[in-house]
Amino acid sequence: MTNLSLFAGPPPNAGAERFADHTRRLGHRPAGNRTLIDTLDRSGLVGRGGASFPVGIKWRSVHSRSRGGAVVIANGAEGEPLSRKDQTLMTLRPHLVIDGALLAADAVSASRVLLYVGEAHAAAVAAMSRALAERSTVDTSRATLLTAPPSYVAGEETAAVHFVNTGVATPTATPPRPFERGVDGRPTLVQNVETLAHAALIARFGDEWFHSLGLNHATGTILLTVSGAVAKPGVIEVASGSTVDEVLVMAGGVRGKARAVLLGGYFGGWISAQQAGTMVLDPKGLRAAGGSLGCGVVSVLDEVADPLDVSARIMQHLANESAAQCGPCFFGLRSLAAATTRLARRQPEHGDLPQLHRWAAMVRGRGACRHPDGAVAFLQSALTLFEPEFAAAAGARGRRAS
Amino acid sequence: MEMWIDRTKCDGHRLCAELFPEMIRLDDWGYPIITPGAIPQALLPHAERAVAGCPVLALALRRQERKPGQ
Repeated sequence: MTNLSLFAGPPPNAGAERFADHTRRLGHRPAGNRTLIDTLDRSGLVGRGGASFPVGIKWRSVHSRSRGGAVVIANGAEGEPLSRKDQTLMTLRPHLVIDGALLAADAVSASRVLLYVGEAHAAAVAAMSRALAERSTVDTSRATLLTAPPSYVAGEETAAVHFVNTGVATPTATPPRPFERGVDGRPTLVQNVETLAHAALIARFGDEWFHSLGLNHATGTILLTVSGAVAKPGVIEVASGSTVDEVLVMAGGVRGKARAVLLGGYFGGWISAQQAGTMVLDPKGLRAAGGSLGCGVVSVLDEVADPLDVSARIMQHLANESAAQCGPCFFGLRSLAAATTRLARRQPEHGDLPQLHRWAAMVRGRGACRHPDGAVAFLQSALTLFEPEFAAAAGARGRRAS
Repeated sequence: MEMWIDRTKCDGHRLCAELFPEMIRLDDWGYPIITPGAIPQALLPHAERAVAGCPVLALALRRQERKPGQ
């Protein structure tokens, strides 16, 4: 349980690790090449931004199209309201992120590296900016820091590319996906900053080392943001393969009695506390099982809170964060959020509950990006787990027709 | 061939659902729901009419999408 890899080294209160200390502790950045991509394949590393896509496959798809002109975007936008892990990582270990981004650039034959950091995360922006200034001119000649606007969708990969190209951080229709045609029309690798930091360590210590960090056949470590009804909320690094119960112990234990756990953030889903307890946090394994660790958010809902109210607030946020480009997302999420809110206030209109189920199915898969899909998956998890509450709310005195 | 839509362009003008009702219907907000999959040969002229009729050029006919990495 004390496996530390990204946060090995100086304690959190020491702040950002300086370049000299980073190099003394970990040595110089090794070579980034095809061999590294093979090593990443064997390591089992998957993306930590939310999609859990295998990293080796992603890098290879950019490399095969690159011809030397590809672009790497290190994605530290972190627009998920419950997530802090990317900003914490960039604040404490900026050089691991930069190493990972430069290694990726070498491995996929990219000529340009963009460090895309959420402008709302001031400490991370400052640490990354200072870290870049500590680097050689060879590094800084191809790496640039740019800040991402503070919207939920700004970190979506086509939105990141669109922002670099036009200054507007809204998703675009696919295909083409960024790995085919991204920044300036070049093949572009958009990779979450935690993923890149893991790659920087795997490049140094190898895939077998990465395997040795995990538990229960999972590989490596994961950064989690634990929040809600726990004694010590915050960002922790745990061995992949740890259970939710083990994680909650590390976060100081549950305050009161847990009712449910929100896993993966606003794009994730509710799981009953009972079921969550023994759940194994393994990004690759969860993906294979059709679930998702998402961006590593673990948020505990206690028995005092009203799950409908919390769910309605999250739906309102997601509706507001629609980029308002695609009709089914913009109008659909507004309708879904409004009906969820009426139910949460126990003032439903006739048919609100069946309408939620119907609209959820109607909206899925009908945006340029996966924003509506994430919102709908979240809502459906709420409708399933809190079914008794929703049913009672639908029967509450309301403006019922007939 | 299958119907591809750029959702960021579509403004819900609804012409496609009138021109190609066999595979396009409208949702509760007036935006097209496209039946997934290949368009039968016999219906291709209708599909082409829908593509040509879209006032914001949001529709296109494409070969089935291949799906490598995201």
